[in-house]
Amino acid sequence: MRAPLSWLREYVDLPADVTPADLAARLTALGLKLEALTIPGSDIEGPLVVGRVLAFDDEPQKNGKVIRWCRVDVGPEHNDDEGGRGIVCGAHNFAEGDLVVVSLPGSVLPGPFPISARKTYGHVSDGMICSTRELGTGDDHDGILVLDPRLEPDVKPGDDAVELLHLRDDVIEFEINPDRAYGLSLRGVAREAALAYGVPFRDPAHREVPAPNESGYPVRVEAQDGCPVFATRTVTGFDPSAPTPRWLARRIQLAGMRPISLAVDVTNYVMLELGQPIHGYDGDRLRGTIVVRRAEPGERLTTLDDVTRDLDPEDLLITDDRGAIGLAGVMGGQETELSEGTGHIVIEAAHFEPTTIFRTARRHKLPSEASKRFERGVDPLLPAYAADRVAELLVTHGGGTVTDGVTYVGRPPESQEIRIPADLPARVTGIDIDPVATVEDLRAVGCSVAVGGDTLTVAPPSWRPDITDPYDLVEEVARVVGYDRVPSVLPAAPHGRGLSRTQRLRRRAGLALAGSGFVEVLTYPFVGEADWDALGLDARDERRSTVRIANPLSEEEPALRTTLLPGLLKTLARNVGRGIDDVALFEQAPVYLPRPGAGPAPILGVDRRPTAEEWQALQAAVPHQPLHAAVVLTGDRELAGWWGKGRPATWADAVEAVRRLARVVGAEVEVRAATYAPWHPGRCAEILLDGTMVGHAGELHPAVCKGFGVPERTSVAEVDLDALMGSASTVVAAPRFSTYPVAKEDVALVVDATVPAADVLATLREGAGALLESIRLFDVYTGEQIGEGRKSLAFALRFRAPDRTLTDTDLAEARGAAVALAAERHGAVHRS
Amino acid sequence: MSGPNTDYDPVEVTPLRADEVDAMRERALAAIAGAGDLDELKAVRLAHAGERSPLALANREIGALPPQAKKEAGMRVGQARGAVSKALAERQQVLQTEHEARMLVEEAVDVTVPWDREQQGARHPLTTIQELIGDVFVAMGWEVAEGPEVEAEWLNFDALNLGPDHPARTMQDTFWLEPADGGLVLRTHTSPVQARTMITQEPPVYVVVPGRVYRTDELDATHTPVFHQVEGLVVDKGISMAHLKGTLDHFAEAMFGEGITTRFRPSYFPFTEPSAEVDLVCFVCRGSGTAEDGASDCRTCKGEGWIEWGGCGVVNPRVLTACGIDPETYSGFAFGMGLERTLMFRHGIEDMRDIVEGDVRFTLPFGMEI
Repeated sequence: MRAPLSWLREYVDLPADVTPADLAARLTALGLKLEALTIPGSDIEGPLVVGRVLAFDDEPQKNGKVIRWCRVDVGPEHNDDEGGRGIVCGAHNFAEGDLVVVSLPGSVLPGPFPISARKTYGHVSDGMICSTRELGTGDDHDGILVLDPRLEPDVKPGDDAVELLHLRDDVIEFEINPDRAYGLSLRGVAREAALAYGVPFRDPAHREVPAPNESGYPVRVEAQDGCPVFATRTVTGFDPSAPTPRWLARRIQLAGMRPISLAVDVTNYVMLELGQPIHGYDGDRLRGTIVVRRAEPGERLTTLDDVTRDLDPEDLLITDDRGAIGLAGVMGGQETELSEGTGHIVIEAAHFEPTTIFRTARRHKLPSEASKRFERGVDPLLPAYAADRVAELLVTHGGGTVTDGVTYVGRPPESQEIRIPADLPARVTGIDIDPVATVEDLRAVGCSVAVGGDTLTVAPPSWRPDITDPYDLVEEVARVVGYDRVPSVLPAAPHGRGLSRTQRLRRRAGLALAGSGFVEVLTYPFVGEADWDALGLDARDERRSTVRIANPLSEEEPALRTTLLPGLLKTLARNVGRGIDDVALFEQAPVYLPRPGAGPAPILGVDRRPTAEEWQALQAAVPHQPLHAAVVLTGDRELAGWWGKGRPATWADAVEAVRRLARVVGAEVEVRAATYAPWHPGRCAEILLDGTMVGHAGELHPAVCKGFGVPERTSVAEVDLDALMGSASTVVAAPRFSTYPVAKEDVALVVDATVPAADVLATLREGAGALLESIRLFDVYTGEQIGEGRKSLAFALRFRAPDRTLTDTDLAEARGAAVALAAERHGAVHRS
Repeated sequence: MSGPNTDYDPVEVTPLRADEVDAMRERALAAIAGAGDLDELKAVRLAHAGERSPLALANREIGALPPQAKKEAGMRVGQARGAVSKALAERQQVLQTEHEARMLVEEAVDVTVPWDREQQGARHPLTTIQELIGDVFVAMGWEVAEGPEVEAEWLNFDALNLGPDHPARTMQDTFWLEPADGGLVLRTHTSPVQARTMITQEPPVYVVVPGRVYRTDELDATHTPVFHQVEGLVVDKGISMAHLKGTLDHFAEAMFGEGITTRFRPSYFPFTEPSAEVDLVCFVCRGSGTAEDGASDCRTCKGEGWIEWGGCGVVNPRVLTACGIDPETYSGFAFGMGLERTLMFRHGIEDMRDIVEGDVRFTLPFGMEI
């Protein structure tokens, strides 16, 4: 809502020294939030004067244009010796004798656009004849502004045009919250300004209106629930060609609307003034009784914006004998709209129920100035006054007469009384407010208050339909008292339990990855079919089964991710594309897994806590959203330098990242070979936790690298972090260890290249028995000595007994048993 | 080896003559003093104190002397050998020290060469700021609550006093999930976690809720469809706006430094009543609105002296009722802030896309910040 200060001052006697900034600050403190403070016209510098076109010659130019070389009388003060000035003008919409607006050399127009005498088209143009766009009063640039003798009968050349055209004002723009619908009018803003300064408020709706009678335009309201009040007045003999007064058009324009024609401008003016949306009908085009009813199935209406709309049976319509002529409270229909020839105007000022208007505006995606007000709530007492005000302005500026007929159908809804303990505002705000002050403050915002002991019975004013609850009254008192009076008291929370185990582990997981060289990214979760195709998922892959967005930002990405990889790979590609070669990224984020067969999430009541069954049903409908962790690497994991060569990131780094994650959250995972998209089939590890697959790691399939535009040999891993964190035991059992001497044995075994090292290691561990303290694979060797398709695995074993020093015999037996079991299970040959 | 030499006069064995022994000693001492390094000293030791050194050989002759001469010669040779041995030890010490000192000099390296062999990692500042905030509140005894991002419509809206026809519902630009009447949304705020907490816990409730939320804005310099909020909720007996103010003042000081407090402006949120916008004293100009040069506007608060931080208010009793908490017995407050915005003004980030895009050059400087 934009409020020109000159307009505002009509309804409130603000102290003369009040600055717009001070006013805006005080209104903000009351709940009308300052959005912007502007001073239209402040960028205009004179001389900007009225001129009369004395004569002109049209001169064709080589570029095809015809310019007008004009002689303009700009008043004795500014005229040259020959009684005028020579000005070149490109427009042709004026005649000799017309009054125009001239910016003389030295003046500055909005832009800033400084005007000087300049040589153009073979003349010295000694100023400029202005268009409305150049003056900042409109967007018309096809021609210049020609003053209208009907509006400006007394002006003469040399008069100051800044004042004439009301170019200067202060405009305060407010952001109006849903509970301050009354702020969508000058009336509402002025009321608050009066409250802010403790000065009188003159209500523009306060006027004598004639009583309703039977001779007004016939109206029948069939849907009273949607339309509690419908008022009309009629004007006849109106001159549709009458111009809109400059001040009125300028005010509408400063308030953010476009001046169109006198009749339309007046309806908008009154809406801005009072907050009551008005609709004007061409009375000659109405057919029979106006009926307000809900739409019938299949009914259609072409609205003012030239769109033909299929109506919904919930839509509230204004109809006449021909059918729908308007979407009530939202937008009028084309067939009965005010036109250039309308001299018979039927004025509608009605009160519509907010929800109806909200739904219709939303259904037809048709937010309008009218619907914006109705859906937030308009003062239901306004229709009669507003219709009268419109009629008055129409005949004042456009002639004709207001007919005697006054239609008023229905009754305004009454506000409900609210009872509150007198100390409630003090208790809820923590401000020391005594009950007497509370009553005064409530009255100051327009409530009527009855005091009964410690209880106040409060009737909110008609313009505050938002006030329904005791706490609404608390807010009213608080804003009058001032939010700055709320004291600062730190509440004492009960003793807490700190972060949960999962929260701590999650932090540790992120720190561990960052500590080992990965950079965290937070990617969008939106994915599409193209991502699955690029990952090489086959048609039945369960990751293609997604939670889908009904209104996605992009039709290409209508679903939520089931894996973190697409987002990570795209981010990797972006980094590589920006010239960063060695990149290791990680992300910790949920994936979204649909629950097959789950029904819709119920919409429960709000008058009580959900029952256990209702709560369970609600939970069951919400998709499973486990937290995943994923990494992606390319380029060098260790950089080349003076120490030697770099080490490229490989599948093994991806696997190690998962092992590291498992380690820091206290989970024990197993790794085994697997084939799983999007990984390289020979370089993919499956991560198992207690035998259950919880993730994969390894090198990306070459085709997938191409698909995402990431370098060859990019390696990735993804794991269900929730599963890892969930498995971890909470209390570590202390180890027992021996202080007897250690005995170290190295064992090299030759096995088929296909035998997993992890299996051989597990076998050795099992075979070596209880004396084995630790075992570690320290070398893998393939080569001619070993033979085609074979590999040598070298293990370092450490033995120790809990109660004695081991003998050579002990060692030989343990090692022998280990090697023998490996030979039996894996065909391992001991290489001594 | 040789036995007693009967050819010589036992008293007049040449090597045992006093002048001879003295000469041997002097030669030895001179050689020791002349040894320039440990290797030379080793050779000197062998030549003058070894088994075949003159003094050692002289010592062997002593046995053949008559008792009186034996004693005298023994003392002479013994003293000489002692002196040599001592000199050797001393020289050894000197040369060893010199050697070690020289080694340390020779082993010197250029310690300024970089060892940037391992890649740097970093956590995202949105992660660390969530943890930082969590820690501030956990230190006061609060707990960190969480909830799902795909959320029931009822929890995101209805339970928070945003009925089906509430105008604020359209203000929220919600992502709805398929099917459109399935009652699921991508949560538009962290507030459904308030409802979850109140429904599943009995008061007193003191929770802080960081998390990711969604609205249908296109990504540009100041908007992103996926962003983060932090939310606080207290439900207890006798809670008022004063407690809200106290909490936010403490939060502001913990995040932005001593003396940085907050102010309230009336506002509207369906889930709170009264509601307020909360502003922060600009932590750069400390409220003056003026930049360090004393002339231009402070860049962080654009000359306002205050920074818009978030929204807050007293929990609307309707919300308590929907969550099964008796509003006659309990009251509460709630607040919420956008974390991207907080990061932007805290760190002078000028474009939202920097936070979103995942360029490692943006994230790395935040490192392991906690």
